[in-house]
Amino acid sequence: MSEIMRSALPGAEFTGFVQVSEAGLQGMITLRADLAAPQLATALKSATGCAMPKTRKITRDGAHSLVWMSPDELMILCPHAEAPALTDRLSREMAGAFVTLANVSDARAMFRVTGAMWRDALAKLCPVDFASLQTGDIRRTRAAQVAAAILVTDAQEAQIICFRSVAGYMFDLLSIAAAPGAEPALYV
Amino acid sequence: MSHRLPNGGRLIRRGKPQSFTFNGKRMTGYAGDTLAASLLANGQTLVGRSFKYHRPRGIVASGVEEPNALVGLGRGDRYEPNQRATTTEVFDGLVAESQNHWPSLDLDLLSVNNLLPQFLTAGFYYKTFLQPRAFWKHVYEPIIRRSAGLGKAPDDKARDPDRYEQIYAFCDVLIIGGGIAGLQAALSAAQSGARVALWEQTAHWGGRAPVDGVQIDGKPAQNWIKTTVEALEKMNNVHLRLRMMGAGVHDHGYVLGYERITDHAPATQAPRHRLWRMRAGHIITATGAIERPLSFAGNDVPGVMLAAAMRDYLVNYAVAAGNSVVVVTNNDDAYRTAIALRKAGLGVPAVIDARAEANGALPQEARALGLRVLTGRGVRKVKGGKRVKGVEICRIDSAGTAHSEVFDCDAIAMSGGWSPVVHLWSHCGGKLTWDTNGHFFRPDPNRPPTGADGAGFVTVCGAANGVMSAVLADAHAAVVTALGRQDLPMPAQDQLPEEDPLEPVWIMPRRAEYPLRAKMWLDYQNDVKVSDVQLAAREGYQSVEHTKRYTTLGMATDQGKLSNINGLAVLSDALGQPIPATGTTTFRPPYTPISLGAIAGEARGAVFQPLRRSPLHDWHAANGADWEPVGQWRRPFTYKRPGESRDQAVNREVRNAREAVSLLDASTLGKILVSGPDAGRFLDMLYTNMMSTLKPGKCRYGLMCNENGFLMDDGVVARIDEQSFLVHTTSGGADHVHGWMEDWLQCEWWDWKVHTVNLTEQFAQIAVVGPKARLLLERLGGMDVSADALPFMDWRAGQLGGFDVRAFRISFSGELSYEIAVPASQGAALWERLMTAGADLGIMPYGTEALHILRAEKGFIMIGDETDGTVIPQDLGLNWAISKKKTDFLGKRGMEREAMVNPDRWKLVGLETLDGSVLPHGALALGKGKNANGQAVTEGRVTSTYFSATLGRGIAMGLVAQGPERMGEELIFAGPQDKRIKTRIVDPVLYDKEGARQNV
Repeated sequence: MSEIMRSALPGAEFTGFVQVSEAGLQGMITLRADLAAPQLATALKSATGCAMPKTRKITRDGAHSLVWMSPDELMILCPHAEAPALTDRLSREMAGAFVTLANVSDARAMFRVTGAMWRDALAKLCPVDFASLQTGDIRRTRAAQVAAAILVTDAQEAQIICFRSVAGYMFDLLSIAAAPGAEPALYV
Repeated sequence: MSHRLPNGGRLIRRGKPQSFTFNGKRMTGYAGDTLAASLLANGQTLVGRSFKYHRPRGIVASGVEEPNALVGLGRGDRYEPNQRATTTEVFDGLVAESQNHWPSLDLDLLSVNNLLPQFLTAGFYYKTFLQPRAFWKHVYEPIIRRSAGLGKAPDDKARDPDRYEQIYAFCDVLIIGGGIAGLQAALSAAQSGARVALWEQTAHWGGRAPVDGVQIDGKPAQNWIKTTVEALEKMNNVHLRLRMMGAGVHDHGYVLGYERITDHAPATQAPRHRLWRMRAGHIITATGAIERPLSFAGNDVPGVMLAAAMRDYLVNYAVAAGNSVVVVTNNDDAYRTAIALRKAGLGVPAVIDARAEANGALPQEARALGLRVLTGRGVRKVKGGKRVKGVEICRIDSAGTAHSEVFDCDAIAMSGGWSPVVHLWSHCGGKLTWDTNGHFFRPDPNRPPTGADGAGFVTVCGAANGVMSAVLADAHAAVVTALGRQDLPMPAQDQLPEEDPLEPVWIMPRRAEYPLRAKMWLDYQNDVKVSDVQLAAREGYQSVEHTKRYTTLGMATDQGKLSNINGLAVLSDALGQPIPATGTTTFRPPYTPISLGAIAGEARGAVFQPLRRSPLHDWHAANGADWEPVGQWRRPFTYKRPGESRDQAVNREVRNAREAVSLLDASTLGKILVSGPDAGRFLDMLYTNMMSTLKPGKCRYGLMCNENGFLMDDGVVARIDEQSFLVHTTSGGADHVHGWMEDWLQCEWWDWKVHTVNLTEQFAQIAVVGPKARLLLERLGGMDVSADALPFMDWRAGQLGGFDVRAFRISFSGELSYEIAVPASQGAALWERLMTAGADLGIMPYGTEALHILRAEKGFIMIGDETDGTVIPQDLGLNWAISKKKTDFLGKRGMEREAMVNPDRWKLVGLETLDGSVLPHGALALGKGKNANGQAVTEGRVTSTYFSATLGRGIAMGLVAQGPERMGEELIFAGPQDKRIKTRIVDPVLYDKEGARQNV
């Protein structure tokens, strides 16, 4: 099946004062539930290896992550091919509880912004105080005119998730923000 | 004549000459010069013509307050009018043009206006050009537009090639202004550990302290400035920014900063301007003060300059404004200019001081240098036209009918005192108080602009606070107060010679008669004189805001930076009231004009607006899609083949869907998962009909209304399992409906157990439409798509051609139709598979126009066509979709209101023109007679109208008064050019009324 699956902008890449690249297909599952329920934490731990994240945090175990999205919403990151089965498994395990799971892998596009100055690039698009954002943090915000989520994966990189339909817009935005010579020297 | 001195100039680099042109003439300046400094160095004192009278004008100031020296900068795509020469840094290749002259700067024929000044007094336009009416548009306005105005607008074909951007930033304390007050404030704030940002609008730190000879801790200010900037640069919690103007202070500590990155270095690849959107915990403004001109006759003749500006040119750029300068003042500060000029070896024939006595330290120093000081005197008038030739002196308290003495000179330095720059303090409502010692408005610390907590969020320090000495202590105190920290290190001490108080002089001489007052300029840029403001007062204008608009005082691009206080002082005098009783006009952002490019930021070209692309977008683009915008989506209106017109393509697509098999990209349809134990109950509230009774595997069409009962959205709901439903919305309504659901769940029914997830973009959705649709799907293999296994209005999950799909048997065309949902990443592959497999069946895609025609032939309504926010389902004959069993749903009570149950409401019918033509969009049906406003009575309107390829004639739907009861009646519709179109009321369902074709 892999040859018939296409991410939003396969292979899109731009090199400016940071590197912008489309991350390819990424498994994403939306989970809405009472995040304090012990049964949920147990099911997630056994299915993903990840602990329940605190507010605006990401927990990770290998290829799996749990991303806090709102007081009653998580996003599960996993390999793209695994998302349907993982959605089914968790749905079965949580059957009877007030929990909603949905595979949203294809509803989204993901970009990586790589380089020491990723904060300087994103500060041009997102009304966020990036000084307060550290590795392992998630911030839902907007990038210019569209919704975005920023996942800080390490000191040199952030991942940006947006809706798939605006992947082209997001890539163009990020490329403009990262244009060589346009370093604002705000955070570094 | 102005010229460059052989030595000195603290900001210029003589080793780096810069070549530029002014009105095509090649000139040379030095790196570090402003354009104004370079022009003066080249002897160019005449730099523009005035707004109304086309009087010759020269450089009067040295900073952002400059009213006269506006030039057009650049050429072609980079041309920009109304740029201040005083804030433009000169660079190699700079091209500048003077403005508002015809035919040339030196010979301006329109200066004839100057000979007839009585024609252009305050309110001239309002009084003069009333009759005859038609003359305004055709005669007066074109002449006035030719004569008045500043720079030319750029060519409409010009496209700015530069890049602009915006950036969001955050800090605890933002200090605006990088003079010694701002630097000290930054230092104190930084020492508290706060996150500090410091902005300075020029390219240099330190403001005017070095020019004014300020000593700090016994040494020249420059030493302290250098040390302090170096210290701040080393601190991690401080962010310094030059060429960055604080443009506006807005609520909640939101400040706009305007950074001019490459205006001085256009060859670099950086963006030209960057707009900073700063969120500051507290704002300290250290924006300094602006010197006021004196109002004497001829105070606008080139060569008349603010005293401090003349000092700036001398000290900063080694430029002398003239060889022989008369200084006119009402204060001690201007003596600094006289002293500096004399020390530079220039002629200073006299200092004219309006005060009866001048015995302060600075006047004493001037006298010691041998300067002649005349007290109790003022300027009667300036001699000269394009250039100062001399000055006539008279007694300050006289009417100026005769002069007592005449001095030859080629420049005049004037000082009427200083006005603190209170703009940023005032933007958010900070109030001012009149300082009776300094004779200026300064911020009233007891009435600051307040934040959400009721506390002030702006503090002012230094000259902006009206503090002209011990500035560092004031800056330090501002930080201590703002941050509530008493433990910060004490600042250094700045010293200046003590000054005697100034004596206010608003008109010079004080009892000047009309001919003199008519030559005293208040607002140089808009050509407003003392006599204009006095005339306004005589004509009954009392409010300063009204007077401003009547006389245009302070309404030019400089927003009255020089003229404001002088103007309202003259108004107060004319009204016989003290200045504080008159008050000021409103200070609004931006502080000086900022570029439209900076405001637009990155939003231009491809990223002007987000463009939403369906997973099939690329295929459409490669296959002749003729796009139409649908919200932010682009959807194919039709797919044109070579040689086809739009209409031909649409008709082909309609026929093919009726006769063979066609594909529609329905991916943009909203798809919202509604899940949870209360999901059925929730949907019963949202929809007018019953959804909770729907069985898994079944689909049902439903209507959504707002609380008023007006139809808001429609679509098919599919029940996924016991607890979850998939709600299909219109393409344009997806986000709104999702927000609507969350609004009700979060605000009203917060205890209902329902989750919503917007899955719109998770799926590509392909409608397979036409009599051969089933045959095509069977060829793909996989799930059973027969009428028995998958009947009309059912859905199944399964595989088709190896794709994991959901197949919905729903139809918006009236034909046999399946909507196939597949994960978006596989959408393009499935589409291509279908196109290949159906090639011999005549498969083709169709666009939104064919979609509309197909649904209109079937009488299906479209949200946004048949509805406009005032239409209830009953208007559209959709009573069948309104549950009578449910006790409540959103809109139920709204629909029961009197106006909604009125039998005369316009209701949906089909419309058929007698001649088969297509009715115009939105056409109105004419009733009998006229209404109270004398307009023709109407009794209906067209909501959808198309040419039906299936029926071979025009078809339409419309809302008509009591329409369904009037079947067969004829109506007259009004067309363009008074055309009358005879039309018959018919059933809206024009094709396959019994629905046999979709249910096979």
